[in-house]
Amino acid sequence: MIPFLPAETNPAIILMVAGVLMVFFGPRGRGIIGVIAVALGFLQMYSLGVGPMGDAQMYGITEVAGYEFIPLRLDKLSVVFATIFHIAALVNVIYGWQGATKVEASMGIVYAGSAIGGALAGDLLTLFVFWEIAAISSVFIIWAGGGHAAFKAGMRYLVIQVMSGLLLLAGIALHLVRGGSSEFGAFKLVGEAGVDPVAALILFAFGIKACFPILHTWLQDSYPKASGVGAVMLSAFTTKLAIYALARGFAGTDILIPIGATMTVFPVFFALIENDLRKVLAYSLNNQLGFMVCAIGIGTPLAINGAAAHAFVHITYKALLFMGMGAVLLRTGTTKATDLGGLHKSMPWTTAFTIVGAMSISAFPLFSGFVAKSMITLAAAEEHMLLAWLVLLFASAGVLEHSGIKIPYFAFFAHDRFAPSLRNGAPRPKEAPLSMLIAMGLAAFLCLLVGFYPPVLYGLLPYETDYHAYTLEHVATQMQLLMFAIFAFMLLVRFKLYPPEVRSVNLDVDWFWRVPGRKALMAAVQMTADVWHAIWAALRDITGQVLSGIGAVHRPGGLLARYWTVGYTALTTAAVLAVALLLAFLS
Amino acid sequence: MLLDDLPVLPVILPLVAAPVCLLLPNNRLAGSFATLVAWIALVLSAMLLHTVAVVGPVEYALGGWASPLGIIYRVDLAGAIVMTLVALMASVTFPYAIESAREEIVPSQTSAFFAMFLIVFAGLMGVVATGDAFNVFVFLEISSLSTYTLVAMGAKRDRRALTAAFTYLVLGTIGATFFVIGLGLLYQVTGTLNMIDLHDRLAGVDNKVVRAGYAFILTGLGLKLAMFPLHRWLPAAYTYAPSPVTAFLASTSTKVAIYAMLRFLFTVFGFNFGFIDVAFTFFLILGLIGMFYASLIAIFREDVKMILAYSSVAQIGYMLLGISFATVDGVAAALVHVVNHAVMKTTLFLAVGAVFYALGSHRLSAYRGLGKRMPVTTAVFLIGGLSLIGVPLTGGFISKWVLVAAAFNSVLAVPSLVIVLMIVASSLLAVAYIGRIAWTMLLEEPVGRQPKPVPMMMVVPMVLMAALTIYLGIDAATLVSLCRQAAETLLSTGLGFGGTS
Repeated sequence: MIPFLPAETNPAIILMVAGVLMVFFGPRGRGIIGVIAVALGFLQMYSLGVGPMGDAQMYGITEVAGYEFIPLRLDKLSVVFATIFHIAALVNVIYGWQGATKVEASMGIVYAGSAIGGALAGDLLTLFVFWEIAAISSVFIIWAGGGHAAFKAGMRYLVIQVMSGLLLLAGIALHLVRGGSSEFGAFKLVGEAGVDPVAALILFAFGIKACFPILHTWLQDSYPKASGVGAVMLSAFTTKLAIYALARGFAGTDILIPIGATMTVFPVFFALIENDLRKVLAYSLNNQLGFMVCAIGIGTPLAINGAAAHAFVHITYKALLFMGMGAVLLRTGTTKATDLGGLHKSMPWTTAFTIVGAMSISAFPLFSGFVAKSMITLAAAEEHMLLAWLVLLFASAGVLEHSGIKIPYFAFFAHDRFAPSLRNGAPRPKEAPLSMLIAMGLAAFLCLLVGFYPPVLYGLLPYETDYHAYTLEHVATQMQLLMFAIFAFMLLVRFKLYPPEVRSVNLDVDWFWRVPGRKALMAAVQMTADVWHAIWAALRDITGQVLSGIGAVHRPGGLLARYWTVGYTALTTAAVLAVALLLAFLS
Repeated sequence: MLLDDLPVLPVILPLVAAPVCLLLPNNRLAGSFATLVAWIALVLSAMLLHTVAVVGPVEYALGGWASPLGIIYRVDLAGAIVMTLVALMASVTFPYAIESAREEIVPSQTSAFFAMFLIVFAGLMGVVATGDAFNVFVFLEISSLSTYTLVAMGAKRDRRALTAAFTYLVLGTIGATFFVIGLGLLYQVTGTLNMIDLHDRLAGVDNKVVRAGYAFILTGLGLKLAMFPLHRWLPAAYTYAPSPVTAFLASTSTKVAIYAMLRFLFTVFGFNFGFIDVAFTFFLILGLIGMFYASLIAIFREDVKMILAYSSVAQIGYMLLGISFATVDGVAAALVHVVNHAVMKTTLFLAVGAVFYALGSHRLSAYRGLGKRMPVTTAVFLIGGLSLIGVPLTGGFISKWVLVAAAFNSVLAVPSLVIVLMIVASSLLAVAYIGRIAWTMLLEEPVGRQPKPVPMMMVVPMVLMAALTIYLGIDAATLVSLCRQAAETLLSTGLGFGGTS
């Protein structure tokens, strides 16, 4: 227990209050408040105690009009997500110690708090509230990226996120109306009577945030437009909150397996041809989510463990990669592959940390990605899902191509574009600032720690496990895969077959709603406006006539406002008296 | 000794001071003297309010003659609130009048002007303080007669003040006559004029004479408080009277008449009589009509003083509406609005007086671009205007809030919701007429000559009143709970729990 806090304080509230407080402080004050708040929230969460799956610790239960609010529900599944959210929040605060603007720092902590609150929420409405706060607080971070493009991307992001929230609310309402429990538990998508529309609605809401294929474009659209610091914040929370919600609500739902498999595959191609390295990371994020969604679809304890473990390690190494790119962005002003190269000469630490991140995401043995990803592939194998297993394997190779090799290779090696001789003697970009290096170091340390000593992570996972990552079979499989992938990359580069670095804009499915969709929307807006104008004009005419009628009788000299002679007025008095007398006698 | 005489002192003091004032020279001395008297009266009234709030109603037998034979002064909480209000308004408008009268009154009449002012003041205080029904008539006439004079003194700037005063005189006298006829009828039946004694003796007596007396008193007082359609004297009188007189009258005379009405309804008659409902029906219907009718007329007027005068008629509708609920909540709401409306209307009329001082006109056209030329006066006016509309953080909001709450809590012939909607709708009309003035002040370009600077003696009172308007909107609890207590005392008499409370 933390002595000066009420016993059942929600860690999310601690962070949100701190986030609001930060508005009143300078950069250093913001950093200190952030670190203290994250530490407090973390201690508070663990002081509340963690229950095993199915027997959660619940706090603050209040019943309002028959609806039971459970603001805090701590079991293994919720706590593992809340823990990694705390870690991500801490890394964000340190990373943004100098670089984060006031809005980013304060909204970043509120955003982290909302993700924690969402993970710990025990009932549906509380989940919805945090779901929406996450959407609204994060859009400020995108806007803080600056410029018109960031603003428009933020608006698109907001529209989609709020839509997700509204669908969720609609689903919750329908669920409650038909007598469903207020507790956020498992939904059954396919019952005896076919597909359940309410569950489908909620799944759809989750799916938007979890970047299901076709619903995914908001991520690649918005994250790269945030600032270097902002992108790190964004990468951690929204999608993983959705993964948590899926794991809680839809574990073992078969449809998630093909969805997840698709998610792992299609971003690979986009990532390979994409020029903006942060956008590459955004696609790779999408691909990583696919592994988790797939694992949730498999739904065995091993798979759920795998999904949770993967979310955990994924947040650290994805943040690490975004941090590396953020540092590059800070020092060079760009993350375009065509404009980068050779940075390892002046940014060795950033290079090293980014390589740790890259090796983690590619699941090299002794790095954290390996520990988690092998669980998911094993779970697929155990359930004899050959196709899913093959797809995951292919995707793993793809991850190596775009995140494991492309990011460090083009940013830090390849052509040396920052030699002073090429830039009229301008010095090479400096190493990233200390606070960023510390944050990256922390994340890199976590990647290695989990990679070297997996029990750290396994102890946190929802279900008991005696899983061992470092069996000969796992390591051998993975190393073969990696070696062939690297071989392929080298061959492609050697024979100039690798998609060249070109400045281009790649079309994704969001073209459909950014071009024809926008047209349709504008047409609808125009139509609504026309109808409204017609109604308004009619109303105006009518009110105008009524008003002039009123005016005619009330304006000076009008029927009701005429000056009467004293005699007539006295007569009024007599009339009133007569009425009063009459009424008094009659009553 | 002083404490024992508290109920009578605030009445006697201005009454005695008035002839003294008449003897003073026609310069600032008369005004300063009147101001001093008002301030002392305010202190005394405040002490009285405090005493009454702590101890309960106080009595004073005039000349040592015990009731019911002698005339007694009897002040309960409602009375003490209204007396303090009247004294406060006098203390604010008298110093304001010192400077303002130099512009608006024939110089040779200055000391007479203040003497009249003191008499109005004494009369209004007397109506409230006395516990004797006939004494009410006497003081009502004292205040009315001097008011006619005061209104007529506006003739220096506008000759129409004379016709306005004449109309007021005729109608006011008719009202007073009705009132005294009603009293006579009651006296015929009971043989007493002491209010509480009247109540006791009327118990169980229900005949045509009593009913006729009731109807006469209702109509007579209805005229004095400007109940629609008996309001016709009010707009012209308020418009053409000198500014300080308008400010004082608007905030006190109709309020005192409302107080007298409450006294007669609840203390003298009470709920034992079936026919008391006639008053509530009257107030409900006429109050609602007045709210709309007067507001609509106000929208189309070109004279700011006239607009505010009509608005007063509309505001009286709110008070009558509160009384018509015939519940503690309703009467409390009426009392709250009595106080709040007095404060905001004084604020507005003082601001109008300042503009009149500076530019010599109270027509809307003179207000063009005033926001740039007279920022303080504009701010004061807008605060008053916002309160009139009922914007939160002003006293007017509290009034309407309490009134709406009372409407919801009472059982009426008309559904409460309809009444509440009508209250809201008529507030929107206030937005229209205040908005029109605000538009002119803030958004139009100034024209004509530069305004004369307004002396401090006029600025300070109006700023104080504006501050009070806001204060009443923020610290509402004190006033509301006082008025509630007052209403409880008033109604408990009427409900028949012991005639002496």
